[in-house]
Amino acid sequence: MNAPTVSDLQLTARVDDRGVDVALDAAAGETVAVLGPNGAGKSTLLSVAAGLLRPDAGRVVLDGTELTGPDAWVPPHARRIALLAQDALLFPHLSALENVAFGPRSRGVSRHVARERARAWLDEVGVGELAGRRPDQLSGGQAQRVAVARALAADPRLLLLDEPMAALDVAVRPALRQTLRRVLTDRTVVLVTHDVLDALLLADRVVVVDDGRVVEEGPTQTVLARPRSAFAARIAGLNAVRGTWRDGAVAGPDGIEVRGLSDGEQPTAGAPAVAVFRPSAVSVYGDGDHEPPAGSPRNVIAVTVTDLEPLGDRVRVHAAPPSGPSLAADVTPLAAAELDLVPGLHVVFSVKATEVSVYPV
Amino acid sequence: MAPGRQRHVGLPGWIFVPAVLGAALVMLPLAGMVSRVDWNSFLSLVTSDSALTALWLSLRTSVASTLLCLAFGVPMALVLARTSFRGQGVIRSLVLLPLVLPPVVGGIALLYTFGRRGLLGEQLDAIGVQIAFSTIAVVLAQTFVSLPFLVVSLEGSLRTAGERYEVVAASLGARPTTVFRRVTLPLVLPGLVSGAVLSFARALGEFGATITFAGSLEGTTRTLPLYIYNLRVTDPDAAVAMSLVLVLVAVLVITFARPGRGAL
Repeated sequence: MNAPTVSDLQLTARVDDRGVDVALDAAAGETVAVLGPNGAGKSTLLSVAAGLLRPDAGRVVLDGTELTGPDAWVPPHARRIALLAQDALLFPHLSALENVAFGPRSRGVSRHVARERARAWLDEVGVGELAGRRPDQLSGGQAQRVAVARALAADPRLLLLDEPMAALDVAVRPALRQTLRRVLTDRTVVLVTHDVLDALLLADRVVVVDDGRVVEEGPTQTVLARPRSAFAARIAGLNAVRGTWRDGAVAGPDGIEVRGLSDGEQPTAGAPAVAVFRPSAVSVYGDGDHEPPAGSPRNVIAVTVTDLEPLGDRVRVHAAPPSGPSLAADVTPLAAAELDLVPGLHVVFSVKATEVSVYPV
Repeated sequence: MAPGRQRHVGLPGWIFVPAVLGAALVMLPLAGMVSRVDWNSFLSLVTSDSALTALWLSLRTSVASTLLCLAFGVPMALVLARTSFRGQGVIRSLVLLPLVLPPVVGGIALLYTFGRRGLLGEQLDAIGVQIAFSTIAVVLAQTFVSLPFLVVSLEGSLRTAGERYEVVAASLGARPTTVFRRVTLPLVLPGLVSGAVLSFARALGEFGATITFAGSLEGTTRTLPLYIYNLRVTDPDAAVAMSLVLVLVAVLVITFARPGRGAL
C-alpha cells in the first residue's frame, strides 16, 4: 500500500452563469464536508477543482502549485485529483481488478505492479474476492467499494467525493461509511454531501454552501451544535430563527420574538443573532385555544402547517410563519389526532425560553 | 393473443393493411428477381471470369473505402460529439450531405475536384498523379458516399455513451490518448462496428458516383453494380444471377449490423 500523499488546497471560484462565488480551503490531511441544498453550487465547486470547468475568476492551488488561475491551466489528467461520484461509473468493459489498475497503468506503472496494487486496494476496501467480476455482476455497494479502491489506487493528492453514498441502499451505507472513515484518514478530501452522518463521521470541518455562497463554516461539531444558517440547522435536526438582537430577544420576520438562554457570548443589540431549539421542545396548540399556561416564559409563534411526517413513535409537524423559514415540532400521534393536524391548518408553536439557546451569528 | 403473452396497448386493426403493403413493396421485387434466376447456369454465370473480376474489384475497393471511412470518420465523429465550436451545426450538415445527395452529383463534384481539369487536378497532374477513371477514383467515390454512415452511427454512440466515463478516466490520470484508446473506443465499439458494416455495404452498392467519376473499365473501375448494369440488356440471366449475389451479401451485412443489436 502506498502511503497517502498529503496536500493542501486553496480554491476560489466565481462561475457567473451558475451564480456561484465561493472560497474553500482544505489543510493537508483534512476532510472538509461541503453541505448545502440541491443547486447550491456544490458540484460546480468540485468541477472547478477537478479541472472540468474553468471559472470566470478564481484559482485552484494545490501544494502551492497553481492548477487553475488567470495564467495557469493544468488539464484534469495531470492534476492528480481523483473524483468519486454518486454512481460508481466502473468501466463496464473491464473487470473490477482492471478498473482499479487503470489509474496506476495510466501513470506508467507496469501491468504486473499495477495489478498487485489493485489487488491490495480491493482487499483494503473489503472486496478482494470480487477482483475478477465485471461491473454488471456487482451490487451497488460492491461497485462503489471498487470505485473507492480505484480512486485511491491512482494515488491522488486530493480526493473529491460527490455524494458517494446517495445512490446506495440505506442498508449498505453504514459499512461503506466505516470503510471510507478508515481509508480517508490523513488524506486531503473534499466531500460533498447532504447527509449529516457523512459530515459527522467523515469530516473534520464543514462548509455550508447556499445559493452559490459559503454561508457558514467551522469544525463539524460546532456547526451542528450551534448552526447559524437555516440549512445547517435543518440537517442538524434543529429549528433556527434568525433575526436581530433586540430587548433580550431575537427579532425575526413577521414580528416573531424568540427569547432564550445565551450560552457564552451574549449578542449585541442590533446585531444579527440566531435562536436555536429542538423540535421535541416545541408544543403545538390549536389556533383558537386559550393562551398556554403561565409559568416559565414561553415563546409563541403563529404558523401554518405545511407537512406531517412519521418519525418513530412521534409525528414531526412541519410548519412555517408567513414569510419565515420552516420550523418543526414533534408531537405524539394522539396529540396530532386531537388537534386534527392537516397541511394548511393555522396553529401555534410554543417553546419554553429555557429550551432555546441564542447566540450571535 | 396467445395465453401468457404480455398484452400491449392494442393497435388499430386498419394499421396492418399499409404495413403489409409496405412489406410487400420491399419483398415482392426480390421474389420477382429470384423467380427469374436461371438455376441451371447460375453457378457458371457467377463464376465467369468477368464476373469474378468485378466481384474481386468490388470487395477490394469496398474494404479500402471502409478503412478510409474509419481513418477519417472516427476522428470526425469525435470532433462532432465531444467538442463545440462556432459553425459546428453547418459543418455537420455539410459532412452528412452525401447521405441525401444524388450519387451522380457527388461523382460530378469529385470529377471537378480531382479530375484533370478539376480544382486539384493540375497540381496532381504535375506530380504525375491521375485519379479520375482509376481504381483510386472508385475508392474515393465509395468513401465519399459511405463516410456519413460511419460518422452518424458513431456520433450517436458517442453521445449515448456520454462523457462521464471519460471524465473519471482523466481524473485517474489517463492522458487524452489513453482515454480514447482504453475507454472511449471500447465503449462505442458496437456502434463503431455497425457503422463500419453499414459503410462497407454502402460502398459495395455504390453506382452513380463511381460511373461518373471513375467510368466503367473492366478490371479497373467496373465494380459489381456497374457490371450488372452493363449486362442487363446483353445478358439478362447473368445480370440477375449477379444481382442475387449482391442481395445475399446485403442480407449478411444487415444481419451483422441490425440496429438495436449493435447500437450501445
